[in-house]
Amino acid sequence: MLRYTLKRALSLGLSLIVASLVIFFVIEVVPGDPASFMLGLNAQPDTIAALRAELGLDVPKFERYLTWVGGMLQGDFGLSYTYRTPVTEMIGDRIWVSLPLALYALTLSTLIAFPAGIYAAARRGKAGDMAVMGATQFGIAVPNFWFAMMLVLIFAINLRWFSAGGFVGWDKGFGAAMHSLTLPAIALALPQSAILARVMRSALLDVLGEDFMRTARAKGLSRRQALLRHGLRNAMIPVLTIIGMQFSFLLAGAIIIEQVFFLPGLGRLIFQSISARDLIVVESVVMLLVFLVILVTFLVDLAYAAIDPRLRART
Amino acid sequence: MSLSRNILIGGLLCLIVVSTALLSFVWTPYDITTMDIPNKLQTPSATHWFGTDHFGRDIFSMIMVGARTSLAVALVAVGIGMGLGVPLGLWAAARQGGWADELIMRGNDLIFAFPSLVIAILITAILGPGALNAILAIGIFNVPVFARLTRAGALPLWQRDFILAARVAGKSRALISVEHILPNVANLLIVQGTIQFSLGILAEAGLSYVGLGAQPPTPSWGRMLADAQTMVSFAPHLALIPGLAIISAVLGLNLLGDGLRDWLDPKIRVVRT
Repeated sequence: MLRYTLKRALSLGLSLIVASLVIFFVIEVVPGDPASFMLGLNAQPDTIAALRAELGLDVPKFERYLTWVGGMLQGDFGLSYTYRTPVTEMIGDRIWVSLPLALYALTLSTLIAFPAGIYAAARRGKAGDMAVMGATQFGIAVPNFWFAMMLVLIFAINLRWFSAGGFVGWDKGFGAAMHSLTLPAIALALPQSAILARVMRSALLDVLGEDFMRTARAKGLSRRQALLRHGLRNAMIPVLTIIGMQFSFLLAGAIIIEQVFFLPGLGRLIFQSISARDLIVVESVVMLLVFLVILVTFLVDLAYAAIDPRLRART
Repeated sequence: MSLSRNILIGGLLCLIVVSTALLSFVWTPYDITTMDIPNKLQTPSATHWFGTDHFGRDIFSMIMVGARTSLAVALVAVGIGMGLGVPLGLWAAARQGGWADELIMRGNDLIFAFPSLVIAILITAILGPGALNAILAIGIFNVPVFARLTRAGALPLWQRDFILAARVAGKSRALISVEHILPNVANLLIVQGTIQFSLGILAEAGLSYVGLGAQPPTPSWGRMLADAQTMVSFAPHLALIPGLAIISAVLGLNLLGDGLRDWLDPKIRVVRT
C-alpha cells in the first residue's frame, strides 16, 4: 500500500507542476497588458512602465513563474493587480462559499443516487426500474442553470421558502448559511445524481452476475442481503470514479450556478478578474481548482486500493 | 432486429430539432431582428405560438434560429474532438507502451484535470467571447474523450488474428489502423459521438448563459435564458421555453445514443461523464 501511495503521490506532484506551467503561460498570452488596462487610454508610457515595475511585470516571464509557484507553496498567491490586496485573502473569502456548495451538492447527489440506483438494480426490468431510468434520462438532459431558475421561480418567488439569491454569510450561523446554499446545491445536485444513479445501477447489475454473488445466495443470504453486503462493495469502484469526477464538475459547475444565485464564490471572482485583466487572480483561482481536482483524483485512487486489495498488488 | 423505442423517440426528437434548425434558414414565422415593443412579453397565443420577449420578438422564431446555433456549435465541437482524438487514440494503440502512447495518454490526463468549464472560460478569456471560441473550448475537451475511447477500443483488436494476418501480409501499422482498426471501433465512436453532441449542446447553452458563447444578435438558447432571468417572475414562459428546447434536443440525442448502443452492440460500454 505504501509503494502504491508513493507512486500515486509522485504522479500527483508531476501533474501539478505541468498544470501550473500550462496555466501560467497560457494566461500570460491573454491580450491586454494589465498595467495599461488599469491606467486607461490616456496614460503616459512612463506611468505605465512605473506601474509595470510596481506590479512586478517587468521581470522575465520564467522568473515570475518561479515567484508565483514559490509563493503558492507557502500559501501566498501574491497581490491582486486591481485591488492591491493579497489574493490568498480574496480566495479565502470565496472558497468558503464554493467549496461548501460543491460538497453540499455532492452529498445531496449521493443521497439521491444511491437508493435510486440500488432500487433500480434490485427491480431490474420491472416498472420501478423503468420509472427510475426514465427519470434519470430526463435529469441528465436538464441544464442545471435552467433548473436553478425554475427552482427560484417556484420556491423563492411563488412559495417564498428561500431567498432568490445571495449568501447570508457563515457569521449568521450554520443553519442560515446552509439555507441560502440549499437551492443552488439542489440545482447542481439533481442532474449529477441522475448520472450517478445510472452508474450505480449498471455497476450493481454487472456484479450481480458474478460467481461470488451466487455463492452468497447459496450459503443462505437473501437477495437483498447479498446485494447490500457483497454487491455494493464490489460495485463501488466505478461509482467512486464517477463521484470523483463529479466533485470536479460540481466545483466548476458552481461557476455558472453562482451567477444564477449571485453567490460571492470563486466563479464570480474568476469572471470579475478576467474582465479587469487581474491575471494573477485568474491564474491562482484556476490553479486552485485544478489542484482540488487532481487531489480528489489522487484520493479516489487511494480509495480504490482500500476497497479492492487486488489493485495494490498490481502496481 | 427491430428498432427500439429509444431509437424511435430519440430519433424523432432529433429529427424535429434538426429540421427546425434547417427550416429556419428559409422560413421563420417572424423576423427575429424586428422589434415590436407594443406587443412585448405576450404569453403564447395563436399569433405568437411561444409568445414574445421583452423586445416583442417572436420566441418561436428565436427558438428556431437558436437551434441552428446550438447544433452548429455542438456538431463542430464533436468534429474537432473526433478529428484530433481518433487519430491520436489509434496512434497510441498502435504503439502501445511506446513513448507516443505514454505522451498522448498523459496529455489526456492533463486535459482531464482541468474542469471543462474552466478550460472554456480560460479560452474565451484569452480569445474573447463568441460562438467560434465556444466551439474551440468545447472541442478541446472532446479530444481526450475520443482519444481514450479509441485507444481502449483498439487495444484488444491488436491482439486478434485478423490483425496479425494483416501484419504478416506486410501492412504498416498506420494502414492497419485505418483499414482494420477504425471500422471496428466505429460503432463505439458513433455512440460516444451522440453523447458528446448532447453534452456540447448543454455546454454551449451554459457558456452563452454566462455571456461567453454566441453574441447578440445571434440568438442562442442559453442567451435567451440569460435574458429571461430578470423577468422570470412576471414572464415565466421566457425561461420555460428555451429550457424545454434544450431538454428536448439533449434528451433526443441521449435516447438515440442509448438506443444505437444497444442496437449496434449490446456488449459495448460507453463512459458518460
